Amino acid sequence: MSTLELDVRTRLGAFGLEAAFAAPATGITCLFGRSGAGKTTLINILAGLLRPSSGRVALGDEVLFDSARGIDVPPERRGFGYVFQEGRLFPHMTVRRNLLYGANRQPAAGRQRRLDHAVDLLAIEPLLERRPRDLSGGEKQRVAIGRALMTAPRLLLMDEPLAALDPGLKAEILPYIERLRDIEGVPIVYVTHTIEEIVRLATTLVLVSDGEVAAVGAVDELMNRLDLRPLTGRYEAGAVIETIVAEQEADGLTALTFAGGTLLVPRIEAEVGTPLRVRVRARDVSLSLTAPPDISILNAFPGEVREVGPVDGALQDIGVDIGVPLWSRVTARSAARLELRPGRRVVALVKAVAIDRHSFGGVRDRPLTGP
Amino acid sequence: MIDPLEAEALALSLRVAAWSVLCSLPVGLATAYLLARFDFWGKTALDGLVHLPLVVPPVVVGYLLLVALGRRGVVGGWLYDSFGVTIAFTWQGAAIAAAVMAFPLMVRAMRLSLEAVDTRLEAAARTLGAGRLRVFATVTLPLMAPGILTGAVLAFARSLGEFGATITFVSNIPGETRTLPLALYTATQLPDGEALAARLAVIAIVLALAALFASEILARAVKRRIGP
Repeated sequence: MSTLELDVRTRLGAFGLEAAFAAPATGITCLFGRSGAGKTTLINILAGLLRPSSGRVALGDEVLFDSARGIDVPPERRGFGYVFQEGRLFPHMTVRRNLLYGANRQPAAGRQRRLDHAVDLLAIEPLLERRPRDLSGGEKQRVAIGRALMTAPRLLLMDEPLAALDPGLKAEILPYIERLRDIEGVPIVYVTHTIEEIVRLATTLVLVSDGEVAAVGAVDELMNRLDLRPLTGRYEAGAVIETIVAEQEADGLTALTFAGGTLLVPRIEAEVGTPLRVRVRARDVSLSLTAPPDISILNAFPGEVREVGPVDGALQDIGVDIGVPLWSRVTARSAARLELRPGRRVVALVKAVAIDRHSFGGVRDRPLTGP
Repeated sequence: MIDPLEAEALALSLRVAAWSVLCSLPVGLATAYLLARFDFWGKTALDGLVHLPLVVPPVVVGYLLLVALGRRGVVGGWLYDSFGVTIAFTWQGAAIAAAVMAFPLMVRAMRLSLEAVDTRLEAAARTLGAGRLRVFATVTLPLMAPGILTGAVLAFARSLGEFGATITFVSNIPGETRTLPLALYTATQLPDGEALAARLAVIAIVLALAALFASEILARAVKRRIGP
């Protein structure tokens, strides 16, 4: 498994960027941050579309950019596919010619096989003879993904490929991106500013803020860190838990096992044994000193307070260890009344209905296989 | 219907205009590309130079061409001494005069269309493995095709009508440099040339309309091909 390394400095007008990270080139590496944080700049530097003023970019032992050694591999020779936010299909070509554009140097037989495969994977057969102007936003993005795949990329760069789509279309495209990760095994660098996409897609998370990389790591680990809250989002704050589908119960619930026990959630259509990533928002978790006997909440996990966040207005985030880290958002008054401080034994109550379909993501990490 | 004298002027005009456009197309494209895509020292000066024929009297352009390309001119003298080539007072000279006069119109149209080409599409093509040259040939050029077409038609029409620079540079030689406008002018100078002048005027108008019409049809075809 090779590593993607980046250590660059550049300046674009008033915006300065000084970023460094190394991440395994496997699965999906998400660059996450607010708009204007420098995510797109970083991905353009990876693509070779933007030349940093100094630094180094490498994939495995292949150096793509090194200002000290005067190396700057042009974008067309990097072998990276790039799916842009706005698709960027060529308006003067049919979908078929768009798809074949990047495959012109491949032998004809392999090219046809690749085309058939991409068409099949992305379900774009009916679109082949159409022009980009006749496609819907979702169709355009599928074609754009196919076009990038046709170059047989070593690494696929995706810059907020869903940002321009409405929620329904996002749900339509997401499975295709998961297929790239799980079936094609193409390593992907994925820029986004929504937590949902991270929970659903990310293998490795790179937090970008003000032109710097603030942290790199596993999704659950970074999302649980209190010091990164300003970056991972206050309102959406919560824990990410890795679970496995344990049982589909008769009354419409799905049981998920994790290090802290069993989490019951409304039915998820997934086979028993499927690894599943669940985001539990802090505002959906309540704390109690004893297990309440008569309560509608199904999920109660005994644990111990580990961290107490600062008071933010009337609210306070409490980090609880229930076998895995979990966060609860309570009022500062409750925190004081229950004397919540590190070491205090509590029971965390998680409302099952609060965990909706936006809270899940697959975390399959299959060995890499070429298409 | 058309007598030999008129036919001669018509054929010469078409030949001069066609060569004028053909030869200035690559130069025009390069100039438009330079002006649209690069910032360099002296850009304003180049821009001004390109537009000069649009603002100075055509006679001045003809005179400058004569000074430069005449047999005793700076470049013309060298051409004659080294290769025995004469440009002044030939139809090739007329084509050069027409090309210089039409150049600003051509560059303007091309530059506008080039500036409208989305450079992000070119960047996308690079990430798909295409080098600069292939990107230009397969993305930039097709997308600016309407502008190239407009530029060529404008330059063709302007070349057909060229008078002042032509008569100054290559004079008014029947069968060599007497294009339609020059023939028309000559007819008006003859005591009984009214009928001939009128007929030549009609030919000039029909020709211009035909060029416009043809360009309109072509433009539609191009638009259909490349989409909105």
